[in-house]
Amino acid sequence: MRFRTFAAFVGPSLFLMLLFIAAPLATVFWNSFHVTKPLYEQVEVETCTPGFPKQVCTTTLKQEPILDERGQLVTETRFVGLESYGNVLELPRLRAALAGWDWNAINNIDFWQALRFTLLFTLVTMPLVIGTGLLIALTVNSTLQSIRGPVIFVSLLPFIITPVIGALSIRWLFIGDGILTAALEAWTGRDIAMFAQGWTIELMMYLYRVWHVAPFAFVVFYAGLQTVNQDALEAAVIDGASRFERLRYVIIPHLMPLIIFVILIHLMDAYRVFEEIVGFSSQAYVISLQWLTYDFLMPDEAGTRSISRASASAMLTMIGIILLVAMPLRRAWRDRRGNF
Amino acid sequence: MNFKKSGLLGAAALLASGSAFAECENTVPVKSLTNAFPAYVIMTDVMTACGSFEAELDKDHRLKLNDAFSVAPSLYTIAGVANATSVPMFEEELVRPLDDLIAKHGQGLDPNQFIKVDGQTMAVAALFNTQHLMYREDIFNDLGLEVPTTWDEVFAAAEAIQASGAVDYPLGGYYKAGWNLGFVFVNYYLGEGGEFLDADNMPAIDRDMAITVMERMKKASTYMDPEYLVSDTTFVTKQLQQGKIAMANLWASRAGAVNDPAESAVAGKIKMAAGLMGSAQPASTVWWDGWVVAKNVSDEEAEAGFKLIVAAMDPEVIAANNDAAVWLAPGFTPGPAAEGAAATAMAGAPAYPATKAMAVMHTALGEGLSDFMTGDKDAGTTLDDILAAYMTNAGEAGLVN
Repeated sequence: MRFRTFAAFVGPSLFLMLLFIAAPLATVFWNSFHVTKPLYEQVEVETCTPGFPKQVCTTTLKQEPILDERGQLVTETRFVGLESYGNVLELPRLRAALAGWDWNAINNIDFWQALRFTLLFTLVTMPLVIGTGLLIALTVNSTLQSIRGPVIFVSLLPFIITPVIGALSIRWLFIGDGILTAALEAWTGRDIAMFAQGWTIELMMYLYRVWHVAPFAFVVFYAGLQTVNQDALEAAVIDGASRFERLRYVIIPHLMPLIIFVILIHLMDAYRVFEEIVGFSSQAYVISLQWLTYDFLMPDEAGTRSISRASASAMLTMIGIILLVAMPLRRAWRDRRGNF
Repeated sequence: MNFKKSGLLGAAALLASGSAFAECENTVPVKSLTNAFPAYVIMTDVMTACGSFEAELDKDHRLKLNDAFSVAPSLYTIAGVANATSVPMFEEELVRPLDDLIAKHGQGLDPNQFIKVDGQTMAVAALFNTQHLMYREDIFNDLGLEVPTTWDEVFAAAEAIQASGAVDYPLGGYYKAGWNLGFVFVNYYLGEGGEFLDADNMPAIDRDMAITVMERMKKASTYMDPEYLVSDTTFVTKQLQQGKIAMANLWASRAGAVNDPAESAVAGKIKMAAGLMGSAQPASTVWWDGWVVAKNVSDEEAEAGFKLIVAAMDPEVIAANNDAAVWLAPGFTPGPAAEGAAATAMAGAPAYPATKAMAVMHTALGEGLSDFMTGDKDAGTTLDDILAAYMTNAGEAGLVN
């Protein structure tokens, strides 16, 4: 292909990637090392508000932002180095907690609490998603041709649901005396409150994520199963391989690149776990790294946000994902090189 | 469901204000951004009937307010704000003084409705809100209990109700981690006469007082549904309506709903009483909700917007929707639903101390306190961590050095 043609094809997507990925990334990177704050001055203000039945007036000394002649806030931007990262990581507290072997104290620092959950969530759901996906794929592959279509359709349904909506549905099924909690109570004969402690909420999150993502693994594996070499399978049968041995020595090696692919996608997705936290409003018990970024970014009642810490926290999440996918990626890279 | 209901309320408002909206014909395009609770639905429906008006009702309007009003021309002509959301609007001068417009069109308004900053009227309040006790009169009568006025009395009553087994849980509370949980602390702590911040925005929280309040919050939670850390005002309202709890200190704006036969299984059995007393003053805060006009719009649009505001609070509109809110506008006759709010205000409940720094403190409290409620931290550590979080947040916002 001539360079001009190549450039014409790649140009638009390269431009969009620069605009929507590289530029925001650079901004976030810049923001994580700078702090912009409005300047304040102390003034005395008299405020009158409605009372019941009479008006109430108070005079208070308070800090008010300084405005320039055009009515804009006067702000000051300063390079702060790693200060925002430090404020997110709270390393001195972590060191103190580690020195005292105090697991509870580590768990009380937002970032480390979020990291604990995010990692556990990612690593626990990964094998479950792969296993469930493979199981459904094998089952569907061995059902009758005539009902395969509807079975595939039904298995895919959870994946189609918007994650936040799915999480909210689970919440309403279990919160208070939701129907599933009521059913559990009737079955076990005990009073059950699923949202009153962290571990039950976490358990529901794991189950929900597996339920939601397994169909994706299933579709990928099912496609892979269609290309398994039938000769090799027949040879294995003749050699007296059991069903399990055929799976272990023929089918799984054949699916390995796909399994790595699903692992990669799942690691990247699960590390950004967010919908479950918001859907279950679980922030009192369980938080994730992505939720932490969101929390820094949400303005409070008076419109104040922590842009710098949000940026630092977003950068840390990105670094975490890179570290996490580095391993399977290296393996895939090695395999590829071996093939050529 | 909400939509249908707002339609009905709106229709009622229109019928009642037939004469009012004939006068309020509007030809200048006006846009509003407000919260989405019933009172705003009623008022914006009246405005819509006047013509050339577009309403945006959004529960999360606070996320848009500042940015939308900072640009020129402003994206909205008028907005509904409350104590806390008005702070950045006033401080950054995004809204215009209304004194001229009031002199011209607002003769019918009550001066009590005017929010004044340094003598200038910056907003016109429409309604009043606070938190007060709502209790099941039948259960209290059956057990021969007095209506509690302090937290110790609430605990005694809760003990008796729990022993009787009349309801699942004696007490309800909006303890959802975040803003709600922080708000419970703010109210109780103010009730003890506490101060949050000094004039330099440095924390001025009294340690012993704060720990007392935290212990009380924990004690109260033992009488609640164990899922209290995820229950917000709507959830508590439902608990009351479904007869699962016997009492709650709840927002006055829910007083109509708990006795509404269309929603409530125990309609008519719930009575309103004053907000609970702290050792210094009521452990409730007074809030207002009302209207502002953007600075970055033409004078013509501002005038049209203000005329709509006046039309929306016409005495006939208020009278037709009397129980939908504790209105401040003329035309309101306090009914049984407003008894609790009136009693709380009479007892001297303080206004919510809305400032930028206080909003940061409120957020730090709301997030930090959940660790204490779950038992992960003791009260002292929790308080230290909250103050540390406040200093970090306020430092990044430039509020402290």
